[in-house]
Amino acid sequence: MSIKIKTDIAIIGAGPVGLFAIFEAGLLKMRCHLIDYLPQAGGQLSEIYPKKPIYDIPGYPTVMAQELVDNLVHQAEPFNPGYTFGERIETLEKRAEKDFHLVTNLGTEIEASAVVIAGGLGCFEPRKPEVEGLTRFENGKGVNYMILDPEQYRGKKTIIAGGGDSALDWAIYLSELCSELTLVHRSESFRGTPDSVEKVMALADSGKISLHLNTNLSTVHGNGKLNGVTLLNTRSNEEVLVDTDYLVPLFGLSPKLGPMEGWGLNITKNAIEVNTDDYSTNIPGVWAIGDINTYKNKLKLILCGFHEAALMSHSVYQYIHPGVKYTMKYTTVNGISSF
Amino acid sequence: MIEVNILKSGVKRTLEVPKDMGLNLMELLKGEEYESIEGTCGGMALCATCHIKVKEAAPALSGPSGDELDMLETLPFIYKESRLACQIKLNENIRNLTVELVEN
Ligand SMILES: Cc1cc2nc3c(=O)[nH]c(=O)nc-3n(C[C@H](O)[C@H](O)[C@H](O)COP(=O)(O)OP(=O)(O)OC[C@H]3O[C@@H](n4cnc5c(N)ncnc54)[C@H](O)[C@@H]3O)c2cc1C
Ligand code: FES
Repeated sequence: MSIKIKTDIAIIGAGPVGLFAIFEAGLLKMRCHLIDYLPQAGGQLSEIYPKKPIYDIPGYPTVMAQELVDNLVHQAEPFNPGYTFGERIETLEKRAEKDFHLVTNLGTEIEASAVVIAGGLGCFEPRKPEVEGLTRFENGKGVNYMILDPEQYRGKKTIIAGGGDSALDWAIYLSELCSELTLVHRSESFRGTPDSVEKVMALADSGKISLHLNTNLSTVHGNGKLNGVTLLNTRSNEEVLVDTDYLVPLFGLSPKLGPMEGWGLNITKNAIEVNTDDYSTNIPGVWAIGDINTYKNKLKLILCGFHEAALMSHSVYQYIHPGVKYTMKYTTVNGISSF
Repeated sequence: MIEVNILKSGVKRTLEVPKDMGLNLMELLKGEEYESIEGTCGGMALCATCHIKVKEAAPALSGPSGDELDMLETLPFIYKESRLACQIKLNENIRNLTVELVEN
């Protein structure tokens, strides 16, 4: 059964700017639901540079990217936001003023009075290896490019492909849960964190991971559902067929504008045009903030996105409650009224 | 000036770049609006959206660093000539540089 969610503001993207928008909207007593294709909050910060220091966040001489994300999530908690992770908004439909309908790739429906697009550089999409027929087994038929719920793999046969840290870390973790765990890597050795490499090698020695080095994915098999993968050893040219329930290629993610292009927004060079009075788009009821928008002198910086979130929130308030006068109050005066 | 040859779908184009601007190859290619070069991380060898092949280069071109190799390793497919364009500095060491664009 598909899930239905009702909220004041649907925020597409849980990067730093989407997260701070929860807080700004919350001060005006508007509730938010965020949707992100990544399995976690933080956008570029958690996906690309979690362990890098940022030096230009006002008030923090230096802050690690992941720490900033954790703080933003914490700061938003009083306003009880909803999150849907691991799903991509495919369609955005305006049924009437203050009546928007959004649907994800997995069929989750969101009804909202206003929509805020905080989609950054676009949706983080997985890089896919070139294996014929791979896409036939996407969307629940055995091929996953991200691990959303590790429990799904308990007692199952799983093949992980890739040589980076996420492939190594998931192989270590899933080797405890899966009935058989196969790790496939095209090179002779791994270049990941030495500690993870050591653990994988030890698990391979003890037979908990079946390790295939110098190996590529060759063919995928199954009738409607994946049941096997042929692996090709590039040194010996030998092929082996491995029975499996799941294949998880982990080759990193790269942002793509994706479905947004078809929503009727004015887009220039992969960014949404906005009015700088309030960061509204050409569709009344839809705003765009953070890296996804463009205007004269735009700077793709976190602090600029934060400012945009504040102005956007006051504009959304006027849209949802027309004619209601709102006098801005400092948080120092009234504190925060959670809900 | 330094000359950089760019191969795209079999067609060669030569660009001239001043050698004292501190540019890297990703910035040059992005500036020329080649779509396959996104340069998402701004040149920190953290995103691999500037993957290219170096077809020819003078020996003075320095090889990939550990960080660059780590990042290349995460891609689904690489070639023996694979490099990250952002890690190639356009300075006086660059001679006879020919690079080929790949789908990213
Ligand atoms: C290596 C690096 C270093 C940086 N250093 C700094 C710095 O020092 N200071 C600074 O200010 N900025 C820095 N930046 C830029 C900064 O990260 C961005 O400005 C910031 O991430 C923008 O935040 P955002 O919330 O707008 O978008 P993002 O962080 O890009 O998040 C957008 C989210 O939206 C999701 N999304 C998009 N479309 C959909 C859809 N249809 N359905 C579901 N989800 C969707 C994406 O998956 C993504 O998670 C740096 C960037 C990089 C890559
Ligand atoms: S621009 Fe990110 S790795 Fe080169």
